[in-house]
Amino acid sequence: MSFEFTKENLEKIEALKSRYPSPKALSLPCLWMAQYQERYISLEAIETIGDLIDLPPMEIYRVATFYTMFNLEPVGKYHIQLCKTLSCALCGKAEMLNHLKNRLGLSPGESSSDGAFTLTQVECLGSCGTAPVMQINDQYYENLTPEKIDIILDSLEEGS
Amino acid sequence: MKACQIVSRKFHIDQSYRLETAKEHGAYNTLKEAFALSPVEIIKTIKESGLRGKGGGGAPAGAKWMLMPQDDERSSYLAVNCDESEPGTFKDREIISKDPHLLIEGIIITCYAIKSHDAYIYIRGEYYQFQKILQEAIDEAYTAGILGERVRGEAYRMDITIHRGAGAYICGEKSALLESMEGKRGHPRLKPKQKEPEWYFGNPTLVNNVETIASIPYIIKHGAEGYREFGTERSPGTLLFAMSGHVETPGIYEAEFGTPMFDYINYYGGGIRNGKKLKAVIPGGASTAVLTADEVACATLDYEHMRVVGSALGTGGMIVMDEDTDMVEALKNLLEFYHHESCGQCTPCREGTGWSDTILQRVLDGRGSSEDIDKLLELASIMDGKTICVFAPAVAIVIRSFIGKFRDEFEAKVTA
Ligand SMILES: Cc1cc2nc3c(=O)[nH]c(=O)nc-3n(C[C@H](O)[C@H](O)[C@H](O)COP(=O)(O)O)c2cc1C
Ligand code: SF4
Ligand code: FES
Repeated sequence: MSFEFTKENLEKIEALKSRYPSPKALSLPCLWMAQYQERYISLEAIETIGDLIDLPPMEIYRVATFYTMFNLEPVGKYHIQLCKTLSCALCGKAEMLNHLKNRLGLSPGESSSDGAFTLTQVECLGSCGTAPVMQINDQYYENLTPEKIDIILDSLEEGS
Repeated sequence: MKACQIVSRKFHIDQSYRLETAKEHGAYNTLKEAFALSPVEIIKTIKESGLRGKGGGGAPAGAKWMLMPQDDERSSYLAVNCDESEPGTFKDREIISKDPHLLIEGIIITCYAIKSHDAYIYIRGEYYQFQKILQEAIDEAYTAGILGERVRGEAYRMDITIHRGAGAYICGEKSALLESMEGKRGHPRLKPKQKEPEWYFGNPTLVNNVETIASIPYIIKHGAEGYREFGTERSPGTLLFAMSGHVETPGIYEAEFGTPMFDYINYYGGGIRNGKKLKAVIPGGASTAVLTADEVACATLDYEHMRVVGSALGTGGMIVMDEDTDMVEALKNLLEFYHHESCGQCTPCREGTGWSDTILQRVLDGRGSSEDIDKLLELASIMDGKTICVFAPAVAIVIRSFIGKFRDEFEAKVTA
């Protein structure tokens, strides 16, 4: 397997270089682009990034493993991340988790066999006033109820 | 309750994130006035206003700006902190999604004052949908000639770049944020002995919270005295206080410092949900000492009074808990958070957060003894004052306050 950035991403990276005092600053932006391209970050992508911004691949790997949002393994097409921190816990997170587990047949950390869903629990999403909250890929879903979760998942299943 | 709209003035206007709408309501009007002043004059005004940083520490903004060199051959930078990961805190998100142009206006004035041409907004990775709104506002500002080679025709270049984080609470700590922006792991740096700026690739850099920067245009427009019409002598102005947990109407409501906490919760929060009684409030984001209902009754929302009641104002994000809340479970929830988020550099923090989480789990499983409660307090001392950043001391404060104030609930869960 090999990894190459798309032409569009390579152009973006070049343009970003002029915005920073050093190309080293681009490790996070590059890791994001790689993750959007492939839905996860492969070791090949890490090597490519190292070459582009002049850092040893091990350094990029250290960075990639530090941040929880970078997936070093493929995740489902829909990555469901339920907030588990205090405000959400006070407002019914446990019930939401149970509902998600039953409906998807998954425990936190697992992916469905067809690759459609991954379920994880995450720390505070900065949306405590509209708890309980989950994030699916880049989208927030707030003030959750079991019924709301069903509607959201129904529409995703129809779409896929 | 005194109405305050220093940063929330446009929050209720439809589509106020769009340049055209924002301009109809006065956006960018203060730029002309600001550029007519010298950088030093602006810093003087900010200093006189008494503006305090709104990211949690409450450090005086003016004094921090004065640390930035006015003539140095190195470039100066501004890093705007939109990491917003402190549990219970969700205010910066309101600013970037409802009035991003206010933030951009504040950034331009701040950069002019500290002689910087490059600002970064470090935004938590999860906030992508709000980041997009902010990016569109920035793009609109470039197209309109508000950003770019010449800010509104002035001989001043200004570039703003959004830098996206990727899920790490500790990157909100200012030196960890800059490490992260340098492309590294978000590890806080050792603090210098004397007061000095922060450093970004060795260049002098100012780090301020989103709301701090968004307060600047008001101060330029209404002067230091105008800002001081709100708040108290030592905590002037307002804050976007937040409420979550067991209240009827959780959310963000701007209020002046010095507002009684109980009144705030009742007036804006509509009181405790389902007619229940209040048990406790964590006042300023998760990392502040929990207050009992009695303490809440006499607390006022300013830095000085929160110290008097033995806690801290922090980010002003209040987590409200009703009489049915299990305080042992609540502490366990927070310890899991800290355990997950410790950056791992310092042994007391890395091990202390892990052990306290494990011990409390044992208590919750019904296998704990009262010795375990003392062990938690011992771990708190080990974490206090021995680490690179104040993350671990904050964990110590949280453990001590929960056990100190609700010890009977912990005792009830242990066997002997
Ligand atoms: C563990 C930790 C987390 C922090 N998280 C944030 C944050 O998410 N947002 C923020 O603005 N400040 C945060 N801070 C405070 C920053 O270090 C810094 O003081 C602040 O951004 C300075 O801006 P201000 O003076 O305008 O408040 C955090 C501090 C610590 C110790
Ligand atoms: S106290 Fe904890 S979070 Fe802060 S630097 Fe040390 S290990 Fe990292
Ligand atoms: S606790 Fe769930 S969003 Fe903050």
